[in-house]
Amino acid sequence: MHAIHAMWLREVKRYLRSRVQIIASLAQPMMYLLILGFGLSPVFQQAGQGNYIQFVAPGVVGMSVLFSSVLSGVGLLFDRQFGFLKETLVAPVPRAFIMIGRTLGSATNAVLQGTLVLTVCIIAGFRPASLAQLPLAFGFMILIAIVFAALGTAMGSVLKDMQGFQIIMNFIVMPIFFLSGALFPLTNLPPVLQILTSIDPLSYGIDGLRTELINSSHFGASLDFTVLVIAAVAFISLGSYLFSKIEI
Amino acid sequence: MIRVHELVKTYGEFRAVDNISFTVPPGEIFAFLGPNGAGKTTTIKMLTTLLKPTSGSLTLDGLSPATHQTEVRKRFGIVFQDPSLDGDLTAYENMDIHGVLYAVPARLRAERIESLLKLFELWDRRDGFVKTFSGGMKRRLEIARGFLHTPKILFLDEPTLGLDPQSRNQLWGHVKNLNEAEKTTVFLTTHYMDEAERVAHRIAIIDHGKIVAQGTPDELKAQTKTDSLEAAFLSLTGNSIRDESANAGADNLRQFTQMWRR
Repeated sequence: MHAIHAMWLREVKRYLRSRVQIIASLAQPMMYLLILGFGLSPVFQQAGQGNYIQFVAPGVVGMSVLFSSVLSGVGLLFDRQFGFLKETLVAPVPRAFIMIGRTLGSATNAVLQGTLVLTVCIIAGFRPASLAQLPLAFGFMILIAIVFAALGTAMGSVLKDMQGFQIIMNFIVMPIFFLSGALFPLTNLPPVLQILTSIDPLSYGIDGLRTELINSSHFGASLDFTVLVIAAVAFISLGSYLFSKIEI
Repeated sequence: MIRVHELVKTYGEFRAVDNISFTVPPGEIFAFLGPNGAGKTTTIKMLTTLLKPTSGSLTLDGLSPATHQTEVRKRFGIVFQDPSLDGDLTAYENMDIHGVLYAVPARLRAERIESLLKLFELWDRRDGFVKTFSGGMKRRLEIARGFLHTPKILFLDEPTLGLDPQSRNQLWGHVKNLNEAEKTTVFLTTHYMDEAERVAHRIAIIDHGKIVAQGTPDELKAQTKTDSLEAAFLSLTGNSIRDESANAGADNLRQFTQMWRR
């Protein structure tokens, strides 16, 4: 348990110390919210779907949680490069504990980042439907963060160098984001897209956030919750396994 | 304390470690010498559970790393050849996280961190981020960290690389003290023959993945009819310079085979 706590604390310290990075990583969600949000607003309104800013804000929050949790998980690659990984690999602690500590740390950072983005969304004019449901929205944020931090750690365990990082961003993370319904409603999609969006775990995360933030649900909160918990358990198990197999 | 029997590690066709056997009894300081790319670090990685051997057996304190990974890891400490610190943490935090991972109780941890950081003259910089440290300071911190928990076996993989003579002297002094006071078994590699001659009870010389000679420094000198360990080393391993290609080749091959295994 001490080892999990120590690894968690290390990740959080590193995040809180990288102030420049925290601010810089606000830029991307802000572009989606402000440019895409206000840009598509008239079209969205005319299609009878309501206010696009209200619709996209939960998606932008989910996106920032996705990106920062995966990035933080893949931070494993930096540790491999700078050597600290070895120190944790020879420690007399089951490697699963190290992996879980890292993952929870990455997830915590992602939730902090998501909270920051949600705050900025509110400043920009987004209005959550009910304050009473905010804690539930945080619950979904935490689940999204754990799922993708574990996925990031799993991928970081397999990759050997920073080159693989681009591949992950372009072929795994971006598709997860675009297929999640963060930017568009999941109703009335072409069949292929419908299938793809429904196997993307982030779809359920975004849907959960939307349920709690703007009272609009596609799958229903209990299905969202169930899928995310299953994905979290699966990715943590996969990540622990891959992490325990790392050879240097 | 360390028993290695017919140990082999291959990467494809390349035999990084080729059928080596040796034993290190408890309380001995054992030096493992060899030119660049001879297989020293690969051997240490197998001994410290970072790599799985292709074939052969090894045990530490009677336990096999293959079956008792965590138990084996409790028994050794290691100072790696290349950096293994977290640059975004302070010196103190690097020590502290190591202490936690090795289950050193909190009060003892604080005491030992203070005394070790003072010993290696890093106490004044304890709250500085490691990324701002010079090469020598990082090295000293790694060594201090290796001493933090008191392991039964201490692996030192070229620990004095990049250190000034003062710090080198100090390091070997501590290693000898630790060995005498706590009966810690020490397994070290170095390119400085005078260091090996000064501290090691026994020496094995490895070249091209094979052990070409082992014995006390005097035995090695007598065997090669030379008067210094350096001369003995050169007479056993030849004068040709090894580029690191053996090492780089091993790394490439390792990546390649790992890619195909997945």
